[in-house]
Amino acid sequence: MSDPKIEGYEFKPGFKGMAQDTGSDQTMFKGVHWGKAMMWIFLLSDTFIFSCFLISYMKGRGSTLIDWPNPSEVFALHVGGVDVPLLLIAIMTFVLITSSGTMALAVKYGYEKNRKMCGWLILATAIGGLTFVGMQAFEWSKLIHEGVRPWENPFGAKQFGSFFFMITGFHGTHVSIGVIFLFIYAYKTFKGHYDEGKRGWFTTMKGNYVEIEILGLYWHFVDLVWVFIFAFFYLW
Amino acid sequence: MSETRKQEQTTTHKIGIYLWIWGLLFVLSFFSYMVDWYQFQGLLRWSLILLFMFLKAGLIMAFFMHLFWERYALVNVLLWPMTAIGCFIFLMVAEFKYTVFTRFFYFVVGG
Repeated sequence: MSDPKIEGYEFKPGFKGMAQDTGSDQTMFKGVHWGKAMMWIFLLSDTFIFSCFLISYMKGRGSTLIDWPNPSEVFALHVGGVDVPLLLIAIMTFVLITSSGTMALAVKYGYEKNRKMCGWLILATAIGGLTFVGMQAFEWSKLIHEGVRPWENPFGAKQFGSFFFMITGFHGTHVSIGVIFLFIYAYKTFKGHYDEGKRGWFTTMKGNYVEIEILGLYWHFVDLVWVFIFAFFYLW
Repeated sequence: MSETRKQEQTTTHKIGIYLWIWGLLFVLSFFSYMVDWYQFQGLLRWSLILLFMFLKAGLIMAFFMHLFWERYALVNVLLWPMTAIGCFIFLMVAEFKYTVFTRFFYFVVGG
């Protein structure tokens, strides 16, 4: 979408463009920023890692003869004298979607070279991510207090604990790394590094708002993984 | 890349499309939470969960990650490997069915 035009090269849309892009000894993804292509390839490999976790969870849950704990009860919160099922998880889902929306807008304003708006939206995204990690820490400590361990839990099948800590832990790590980068990029945006084309660390590449899109891809991916975890681990 | 970048043309989309997708994601999340709230069971529960999940994932990928506007080469490179995941799921479903069958069998018959 943001790929710069190359002189003397006309890109055709659709499958014709795909044949042109992949065929006849050409560089693939012509005009695509290398960072963006590499981020997509990283996300593809990350998809496989998360798939392996979720598939092993499916296999573990499917092959045990002991009843699986009911996530609706395990993750219920006690609010005002009643147990509200999955309340914390629902709030976490909404927080993550909110931060995904602000990130999408940040990418848009970045490309419009609206520095202030872009910076504030990245900051809002970072705070949303931080809130999510905070609530996850609360959820973990609550379950640990109730006696859930990777090797046992009081609610039913023992595998529940190990899958829970592994899958949500790996996702939480992704969110935490994303939050760190969001704060760094918010700083860089406010400083105007992407307007001036200031070089980053470890690279001779000049700063450009495409970096916001690359960070956005990562952040949306984190949200995307949560969609699957929410469906398979918490709702199923 | 920079030497080939003669004139930089970036296209952005209207803010409305992002707000629409954002709203839809909220609504779909709310619906999937309602699936648990009303304690739907069995096939209805699973199909609703999967439906809302795929809709949400599709919207995020297509519009927030811009795949809808991306070149086909990239889209195909990304989406075809997913069939391998599908195969893996299929294999592991057969595997867990076999495991649970043997466990149950020897539980009843004895070693």
